[in-house]
Amino acid sequence: MEIKSRVLTTLAAAVVIVAACSGSTATTAPASQAPASVAPASVPPASVAPASVAPASVAPTAAAADWKTATSAGAGGVDAVCAAGKAEGTVNLIATPPDWANYGQMITDFTAKYGIKVQSDQPDAGSQDEINAAKQLAGTGRQPDIFDLGTAVALANTAMYAPYQVATWADIPAANKEATGLWTNNYTGLMTIGYDASLGTIAKVADLADPKYKGKVALNGDPTKTGAGFNGVVLAALANAGSADNIQPGIDFFKKLADSGNLLPVDPAPATIASGQTPIVIDWSYNNGPQIAALGPKGITWTVVVPSDATPIGAFYNSAINKDAAHPAAARCWMEYVFSDAGQNTWLKGFAKPIRIEAMKTAGSVDKAALAALNPPAADPVMLTAAQTDAAKALLTAQWNFITIK
Amino acid sequence: MTDTPASMPAPSSSATAGPAPRGAGQSRFKGAGNYLALIPFHAYVGLFLILPTLFVVVGAFSDGSGQFTLDNFRTMFTTDVFIESFVKSLQLAAITALLGAVFGSLLAWAVVRGDPQGLLRQLVIAASGVLAQFGGVMLAFAFLATFGFNGLITVIMKNSFGIRLDMSWLYSMTGLAIVYTYFQIPLMVIVFLPSLDGLRQEWYDASASLGGGAWSFWRNVGGPILAPSFLGALLLLFTNAFSAYATAQALISQGCVLITQQIACQMSSEVVLGQENVGKAMAFGMIVIVSGVMAVYALVQRRASRWVK
Amino acid sequence: MSATPSPIGALAPEGGALIARPKSAGKGRKVPVSQRVTRIAILAIVLGYLILPLLAMLEFSTRGDVDPVTKQATRSLQSYAAIFSYPNLVDGIVASLQIAVLTVVGMLLLLVPTMVWTVVRVPRMRRAVEFLCLLPLAIPAIVIVVGIAPIYRWMGQSLGAVGGSPLTLAFIDIILVLPYSYRAIDAGLRAIDTATLSDAARSLGAGWPRTILQVIVPNIRGGILSASVLAIALVLGEFTISSLLSFNTVQVVIYLLGKRDPFVSVAVSLAALVFAFVLLFVISRFAPGADRRAQQTAEEPA
Repeated sequence: MEIKSRVLTTLAAAVVIVAACSGSTATTAPASQAPASVAPASVPPASVAPASVAPASVAPTAAAADWKTATSAGAGGVDAVCAAGKAEGTVNLIATPPDWANYGQMITDFTAKYGIKVQSDQPDAGSQDEINAAKQLAGTGRQPDIFDLGTAVALANTAMYAPYQVATWADIPAANKEATGLWTNNYTGLMTIGYDASLGTIAKVADLADPKYKGKVALNGDPTKTGAGFNGVVLAALANAGSADNIQPGIDFFKKLADSGNLLPVDPAPATIASGQTPIVIDWSYNNGPQIAALGPKGITWTVVVPSDATPIGAFYNSAINKDAAHPAAARCWMEYVFSDAGQNTWLKGFAKPIRIEAMKTAGSVDKAALAALNPPAADPVMLTAAQTDAAKALLTAQWNFITIK
Repeated sequence: MTDTPASMPAPSSSATAGPAPRGAGQSRFKGAGNYLALIPFHAYVGLFLILPTLFVVVGAFSDGSGQFTLDNFRTMFTTDVFIESFVKSLQLAAITALLGAVFGSLLAWAVVRGDPQGLLRQLVIAASGVLAQFGGVMLAFAFLATFGFNGLITVIMKNSFGIRLDMSWLYSMTGLAIVYTYFQIPLMVIVFLPSLDGLRQEWYDASASLGGGAWSFWRNVGGPILAPSFLGALLLLFTNAFSAYATAQALISQGCVLITQQIACQMSSEVVLGQENVGKAMAFGMIVIVSGVMAVYALVQRRASRWVK
Repeated sequence: MSATPSPIGALAPEGGALIARPKSAGKGRKVPVSQRVTRIAILAIVLGYLILPLLAMLEFSTRGDVDPVTKQATRSLQSYAAIFSYPNLVDGIVASLQIAVLTVVGMLLLLVPTMVWTVVRVPRMRRAVEFLCLLPLAIPAIVIVVGIAPIYRWMGQSLGAVGGSPLTLAFIDIILVLPYSYRAIDAGLRAIDTATLSDAARSLGAGWPRTILQVIVPNIRGGILSASVLAIALVLGEFTISSLLSFNTVQVVIYLLGKRDPFVSVAVSLAALVFAFVLLFVISRFAPGADRRAQQTAEEPA
């Protein structure tokens, strides 16, 4: 009896210890991550430096302390940044689904080129979710290193970014970046309606209100939290005699859709489209576009239109580095990559128009086949200014609360 | 976690107490030492349950800068959407509690009347134990697999009967009610079955020998005896459905429809100036409602245990 | 699961259906036909409603690719195999299992000595402990999350990797499981004469740890087992707190995966369900004999 109880107690203790140990290693993937995340945020970077680069390679060690505050690649260029990033081992991304503007390809190519592992969390999160995650997970080592945010959310949270100017900074027009590099426009598309052709033909925003589409229309995200949702409302506004300054008609239109039951309170995703849950989706051209090829083999004819009753609306997303990134060098390496020719062309192949497209066209480095295949073609869209975005956001925050079920 | 090993009482206090007689023999001084052993438990619950609840309660009565205010409640009661969320949650909870109670008790009765050592009973009880836990994400997927666009029933109806079902009803109050009832029924079985077990065969026989049929038995004997436990179980089902979050969230991923979703939305949305703590006010409202129901439940339980041993 | 998980019998008298055995078991009695018909009808309808989604999940998760030539749907277990191709999913399952183990251990360490102590030494505190254990029922999980988010944020920032690990969820899961585990263990303690047993052991020279571990615990094995299974089921089904605190437990991962690959999500849900069911069935079928006897003489709850 005595031996048995001792064995039991030892076993229990062993289980607890094993669970705790393997737990902490399982959740902080590469070992080099662990020391970095243990270092408290309040300690000045200089003293943290040696500890945060575990396989201490000689050259980057001294510079490692600087990556947290580096505002550009510096003397060593992109190679130095990415070597330091490789030493860090991982970069934490959030809200970068593989089929959103070809992020899947982007991630694979990035890892292949620089040997930095990509941890892609919450792929279907919205812009506001990214900020929330950064706040909730601050200091744990799991917080996102890079943000990819819609304009409304991006402008509201500039205090959370670290300024950084990529090597190709000069190619980006001044109107498309924050002066010190807090955020940079990265890619854009057009707001479109994608739908299953077996439902009929949809050419205008107004068609969505047709009673036969009851329970079939989905907006990609809550407009107060995501860029895609936000611009969907703007699209509806432009289609209903609104303007970039006044999106009230857009809110009213969606209220009408919600009341009639046409609007489905479900976030569309590739899975819901493929399963037929959300056969009509208001989303970016670079999200709806790839679905045509993806759904063809499944027997669904996916059609994507830029609605004819509204001026085409587009919006840039914004790349920013988390000020409290756990992997500052890897984050900067990622930024360098996505704004390099290779990264920009990857976005282009995903039907998104990258920010440096004009410079690349001039330099001849643009992927011509991808440019030609842009679907829908890159017309000159309306884009809201910062002031208009803020005004629209205020309206939405006050009024977008009618999504409910009967 | 670090508290728990200390829950073993210090050897000194037990050494002096020895194999002491309980009750009258113990001096008050010795008794005080005994309470020390309960500190770890109380500290743990205090830290991880009472403290968060206090945060919520205090927050509900504070504004953004920490000053006392009733504005959060004022906002809550004057904003249509919030009231609607409460109402919808209460409606859903009430309806599914009733449905779950009725069908669950029927199922429990059907099981109880069978072989007590039999396989059916054990299977149903084990299944109920699991299915009652089964709500949330898994349940939503289960129903999508059944009634979704590519679900079993939809496909069968389409291929065999040529009927195209409009499956968006799953995203309505009716749909939610049907999904919620799915975990309410097993919960009812689990909670109510022992009470049914407590109905003695002798009572059935006595009622029959006095000339009463099944109806008369239930009306005069079974019903009144079981009423308190039935009511108690009903209340439990109510709080269960009212507090549910995962199931609704998995189905209705956009919009903040039920009160639990509304609170989660308040937590994750950008804060409107002046309304930082409205979410906490709503959470406080939930506590009040659920505590009230649980208090009634406790009273009813006491009554119920009188007859059913 | 919904915010307040089911009390597997724990809130009914005597620990509920899992532990109690029926009192009257007359096998030879005559069953009227009408009753038999009613019984079968009820079983068919209600059990049918409960089984249907499970069958649908089975059918959905075993769908193979559509044969391009014959256009026939095929059956395959590829969705189940694909579970292992999602490292996040495997990590989530492992994390949840680890949290479950920690929760069970923590709950037992917290509850068993405390409850034994209230029975043996301070019966006056029994009400208070009972109240505290049942309190989590009155406070929905969503409310707990709102209040505890700051504590977890602090833990993540100050305690680094350990503080940010999903294993810290065990702290809250122990609280969530208190009402059900309390009832299960309480039923066990009431069934035995805890006071006499512990006095006997102590008078023979055993210290408290030994008394609890070697005398009390073996006698309440059924209650402890039941409480542990409840804890495991609760942790595996917990979604609300994990998702709002941004931890990737199995339910959260299933939810996220559902937007990308519904087949694998349904497959892993069904697998988790079957696992829990088998566990529960085996345990209830082979519950220790001592408790079966003990339940017959259980006193009425105070």
